[in-house]
Amino acid sequence: MSGCQKKSANTTTAVIHPRSVKGRFRNMKTMIMVLAYAAFFIFPWIPFARNVGPDQAVSFDLVTRKFYIFHVVIHAQDIFWLAALLFLAAVVLFFATALAGRVFCGYFCFQTLWTDAFRWIEQKIQGDRVARIRLDRDKWNANKIFRKGSTHALWLLLAFWTGLSFVLYWGYAPELIQRFFTLDLPSAAYITTFVLMATTYLAAGIMRENVCMHICPYARFQSVMIDHNSKIVSYDPKRGEGTAGRALPKKGLKTQEERSAKGVGDCVDCGFCVQVCPTGIDIRDGLQLQCIQCGLCIDACDNIMDKRGWDRGLVRYASENELDGKKTKFFTLRTLGYGLATLGAIGFLLGSISMKKPIEGTARQIRSPLYIMLSDGQIQNRYEVKVQNKTQKLAVFDVTIDGLNNATVDMGQIKNFTLKPDESQKLLIKVLHERLTGEYKDIPFRFVLTPTKGEVTEPVYLPSQFISP
Amino acid sequence: MAEHEVIKDPITGAETTGHVWDDTLMEFNNPLPLWWVWAFYGTVIFSIVYWILFPAWPIGFLEKGYTTGIKTISYEKNGEEVTRHWNTRSLLWADMHRGPEEAKRQEMLKVVAETPFDDIAKDPQKAQFVQAYGKNTFADNCAGCHQAGGQGVIGHYPNIADDAWLWGSDVAQIEATIRGGRNGMMPAHKDILTPEEIGNVSNYVLSLSGETANAEAVTAGKLVFDTKGCAGCHTPAGTGMAALGAANLTDKIWTQANVPGADTLEDKVAAVSGVISGGIQRQMPAFDGRLSENEIKVLVSYVKLMSAQ
Repeated sequence: MSGCQKKSANTTTAVIHPRSVKGRFRNMKTMIMVLAYAAFFIFPWIPFARNVGPDQAVSFDLVTRKFYIFHVVIHAQDIFWLAALLFLAAVVLFFATALAGRVFCGYFCFQTLWTDAFRWIEQKIQGDRVARIRLDRDKWNANKIFRKGSTHALWLLLAFWTGLSFVLYWGYAPELIQRFFTLDLPSAAYITTFVLMATTYLAAGIMRENVCMHICPYARFQSVMIDHNSKIVSYDPKRGEGTAGRALPKKGLKTQEERSAKGVGDCVDCGFCVQVCPTGIDIRDGLQLQCIQCGLCIDACDNIMDKRGWDRGLVRYASENELDGKKTKFFTLRTLGYGLATLGAIGFLLGSISMKKPIEGTARQIRSPLYIMLSDGQIQNRYEVKVQNKTQKLAVFDVTIDGLNNATVDMGQIKNFTLKPDESQKLLIKVLHERLTGEYKDIPFRFVLTPTKGEVTEPVYLPSQFISP
Repeated sequence: MAEHEVIKDPITGAETTGHVWDDTLMEFNNPLPLWWVWAFYGTVIFSIVYWILFPAWPIGFLEKGYTTGIKTISYEKNGEEVTRHWNTRSLLWADMHRGPEEAKRQEMLKVVAETPFDDIAKDPQKAQFVQAYGKNTFADNCAGCHQAGGQGVIGHYPNIADDAWLWGSDVAQIEATIRGGRNGMMPAHKDILTPEEIGNVSNYVLSLSGETANAEAVTAGKLVFDTKGCAGCHTPAGTGMAALGAANLTDKIWTQANVPGADTLEDKVAAVSGVISGGIQRQMPAFDGRLSENEIKVLVSYVKLMSAQ
């Protein structure tokens, strides 16, 4: 039993300690991480004055069913924007993958971002690759306990702050955080925080690349989105291996001239690209499932090539066609299609948000009963008219109807719709008309809401129908 | 178990359990992963803790028919603090009576209960509340007879969504109706009037509502109406009397005789004659005591807002 487990431990569960590297892709990753962290951790704390709603730049208010994102207020009926946003996210992902492989995985995925941050903490406390491997092998002593312990403590702190920051989006952050630490919040807040804390700690601290390899479904279906024209992180075997393979830069193999004379490629087999890989693979073996296309091996190889004074690009973003000496076609049916779908989704989302109706309403005929005969022989229909004022100003509407001659509108003792900023009202409105004698027993008509006060000056029309026995 | 020499499988190189049967038959040693084993033990411990805390085992000879667990739940029911063994029904009850939304609802109910009807009718917020809250009370207590929209059933239950009220449409009258109930009674005339008289008076009643009727019969019927007791309750003009619940016969509304459902004069006369000869016996139960004061207040406002009055 134990033998079997040891064997598997050596192959799949060994901890990967990537070496740190400097370079342009590392800088880009760091920049994206700083931006993403700044957004996630700071957004709930940005004050933002509103007439109605919380004075918080980004706030998701579940009780009133309104999402506040800077100037945009998303009401429950706008929730299809979320569907549009998800569609956009999907096609951008497909588009980016078709063009440049798993760039999302390498640069933007939260698993990558948080693992990077955790590794940064680990490296600051325990040192770089070699020091960490040595520390792992060491017997437990005060130094090891201190270094490992403080690493995990900081990880837990970052994980906790991650969970807590997520919770802050769902209420007024300054009040929420005070209530959080005075144990005054509902259990959902604590459960959410600690579940997220636990998953963050486990995923970014313990499981790391195993999430990408064994849990994330995207790693599995990426292959259908990459083709011979996708620019993926590749090792150029023609240049690297030559005809006689790679070789260390020993005596007689130091310059490119000496090497090419002997048929040896440019790869000096230093292993730097393997040491920096966060998923522990050798990019020189070609495209692999584990590769998240983060480009760190490119940085590593570029450093070596720069030192030797050779051209960069032994490991680079290159398509399979490029490696075969053919041309990379950017404009293929796949990229054009994904590109158009991306533009379409962006256009729809922006258009829909900018053309959002400031006043929305519905007139629902009450169908139980469909009509009521009155004592003077007139027919009465009842309607539940709901009007929502999405502007930040008071709005007043007079109600008339259009398309039903000689009908009377009865709103009881309420004279008009008087809607406070961001208020919605549902009124029972009765419409009286003489019994219909013609062929048609139902007539479509519209409620006309004529604004007398407020931001909106155009009348609002709400279609409905009148039914007679 | 006796120690066995661990033999490796010659083909795969994998470990075996060491047991050998029939000279060569061996068994691979493929142990479950440790995390799985511990997760399994964890679930076992979890379930035992769960059985102790919560209702779990159906055991027939126990008082409840199952083990109740030691965890309890307390909630208020009809003003009394009740403590039960933990169960989801009690949890739902407790949530429904403790939640912040329920607190808001109760607060608004109090405000509405103290507001006169005219002020409710003028205030969209309170009117909306009455529509929403009253709808449930109406559905639970009234819709069984008067139907969900208040339209009633001709011949049985009056329509309360229209503008004709047997017992009066003032807020006070509606409240009196709901609190005390009503006994609607019209004597049967089959032994008092001759069939011919009944036919004539039926024609007259139809003419009061503006229906076309047999002119001769109308004249004869008016005499019967005025002299044989009809006018006593329905008044000589036929406009009814709210104090007795006597219907206004001059409007277009029929609560008993299904005139709107009849096509020919004959059928209409037959419908009205049926009511006159058979009389009316209907009863609405009293809701005073069955509903709380606040519920009655909301219900009166709801009915008043719903009706065409």
